[in-house]
Amino acid sequence: MDKSGKAYWYAVLKLVGVHLAIWAFVSYGCGIVFASTLNSIHLGGYPLGFWFAHQGSIYCFIILIFVFAKLMGELDKKFDVHEQ
Amino acid sequence: MDLQTLTYLFVGGSFAIYIGIAIWARAGSTSDFYVAGGHVPPVLNGMATGADWMSAASFISMAGLISNMGYGGGLFLMGWTGGYVLMAMLLAPYLRKFGKFTVPSFVAERFYSNGAAVVAVICLLTMSLTYIIGQMTGVGVTFSRFLGVTNEMGIYLGMGIVFAYAVFGGMKGITYTQVAQYVVLISAYTVPAIFISFQLTGNPIPQLGLGGTLTGQDIHLLARLDQVVTELGFGQYTTTATGSLLNMFVYTISLMIGTAGLPHVIIRFFTVPTVAAARSSAGWALVFIAILYTTAPAVAAMARYNIIATVNSGAKNGTDMFAADASLVHAERPEWMKRWEVTGLLKWEDKNGDGRIQIFNDKTKNEAAIAKAAAAGWAGNELTVNADIVVLASPEIALLPNWVIALVAAGGIAAALSTAAGLLLAISSAISHDLLKKIWMPDLSEKNELIAGKIAMAVSILIAGYLGLNPPGFAAGTVALAFGIAASTIFPVLMMGIFNKKMNKEGAIAGMLSGLIVTLFYVFAHKGLFFIKGTEYLGLIGGANSFFGITPEAFGTIGALVNFGVAYVVSKFTPECPEHIQHLVEDVRTPRGSKMVSGAH
Repeated sequence: MDKSGKAYWYAVLKLVGVHLAIWAFVSYGCGIVFASTLNSIHLGGYPLGFWFAHQGSIYCFIILIFVFAKLMGELDKKFDVHEQ
Repeated sequence: MDLQTLTYLFVGGSFAIYIGIAIWARAGSTSDFYVAGGHVPPVLNGMATGADWMSAASFISMAGLISNMGYGGGLFLMGWTGGYVLMAMLLAPYLRKFGKFTVPSFVAERFYSNGAAVVAVICLLTMSLTYIIGQMTGVGVTFSRFLGVTNEMGIYLGMGIVFAYAVFGGMKGITYTQVAQYVVLISAYTVPAIFISFQLTGNPIPQLGLGGTLTGQDIHLLARLDQVVTELGFGQYTTTATGSLLNMFVYTISLMIGTAGLPHVIIRFFTVPTVAAARSSAGWALVFIAILYTTAPAVAAMARYNIIATVNSGAKNGTDMFAADASLVHAERPEWMKRWEVTGLLKWEDKNGDGRIQIFNDKTKNEAAIAKAAAAGWAGNELTVNADIVVLASPEIALLPNWVIALVAAGGIAAALSTAAGLLLAISSAISHDLLKKIWMPDLSEKNELIAGKIAMAVSILIAGYLGLNPPGFAAGTVALAFGIAASTIFPVLMMGIFNKKMNKEGAIAGMLSGLIVTLFYVFAHKGLFFIKGTEYLGLIGGANSFFGITPEAFGTIGALVNFGVAYVVSKFTPECPEHIQHLVEDVRTPRGSKMVSGAH
């Protein structure tokens, strides 16, 4: 396996890219652009688009950060660049 | 015990705790003073960041804003939390690895230029000072409303308290005090919300209550609210956006990247022990922030419903709101309305002379609402409610015990003080470390630098206090400016410093300056040169919001794009970034070998 700095950085960028895509999807996608479409679905008393803008995107942000932190930790170990 | 005594007890008690912590956590070195020795565990750092971040505006005003805006208010919720994702993924770990005390130090070294650092310091000082004015006025307002002292006295008291723990404790004192302040402010925010949610929906968790059904009725809270507000001629609560969809989009981006570029938030991530801790610390910060930010929309919607239901029994029972006896008789209004009428934040004007309170949107274009209001003999909206009431009066509206009201007072003050302290630290480190030590007097000993830092902080407190006492009349508008500047200058320069190793100093300086100038140009066109009334030049840019309908508050995103574009083009036509800097950037990208944060070269 290629353990060079370049390969590590490429893997990091890929991970960041995936997470930022989800980040943009839940907030700008579900919370703004598709909000009016999603509003026809209901989550309890919440119209779904409204829920994403006022609640859901924030929960997703938190999950995203912790998942990212964990995957980055594993990536650091895999490429042997973690802190000792 | 009466309300006044309880309030003194709660506020006084919280002050005693803050000062006690400050004495326990005195700063002995510049490292203690700037970054708390670099040893704060991620969870505690997250809490402190939360308190640092959630200002008087978040605590007092945000729920009120959302209450009026409905769905569109979501841009504040998403914008002010989404920035932490950017922080965790793009900035915090790399800046922590870089291992310097301040944001301008990073700029100075990465772009091998004191000139770039000076530009960064200027941006930082403008941002932090405009921000701090709002905090000081917030302290004054909260003190005067709850403790019965004058506004001036409130600001002097606030200055004294901040002085005591910020100047002596530095970052170490501030961090541990902020942990305590977080606990105070979050309980002050959530306790009333829990009570209110339980009263309205039978569910004590506000986040669930907002999606629940009204107690004793077979209708969802939000559905009833939508129905009530549309019948009264307002926009539907769950769908109405403010401005165009594009503007909401751009505004949200602006708040997100502005958040990620605020120096007083960024320096929090220099206080954690490792790069890995910097990543998870951003997550913890967001957890603690989200507790308030997911409660706020519940507080907002429930207050909107409660206020209307208080003055209109039709809204409460689901019967005809335009019936003759639906509107509340003014003489029978509840006690809390009388109390807030005194402050002027709640006003009633009997336009049709029937002695009852009518609330509706008299500027509506909704034909049905106009016809019904006319048929009922309503002559105009009679109740004006200041947005700040939503949080400050919510315990009273829900008829909660006095200790809850006292707790809210202590919480509002905690929110303002903690943010002010964080901002003061960012200001003093920029002056004593980046300007004095790095540029003007490189021979300064650590001891003298520490003294200089404390003096800079003391002077900043005096300036902030002065501006709080004599607010320049534009305090509200400047918060938008602070985010605009952070978004269009600091965020792009940090991003390029990390992700583009060929970016050179010419590109960075040109980018920061053009981002700053474009943003200021657009904001000043709407609000006047340096916010001086009468100097607006809207004609020059072709009318208000002329750039694709984007409001000046949302313009930071455009400034950031300009910054990136200019920097890229300039860097292509100027000498390439030196080899050793490119190696430095490569080193910053890997966590291995992270050291204690220090001020050394």
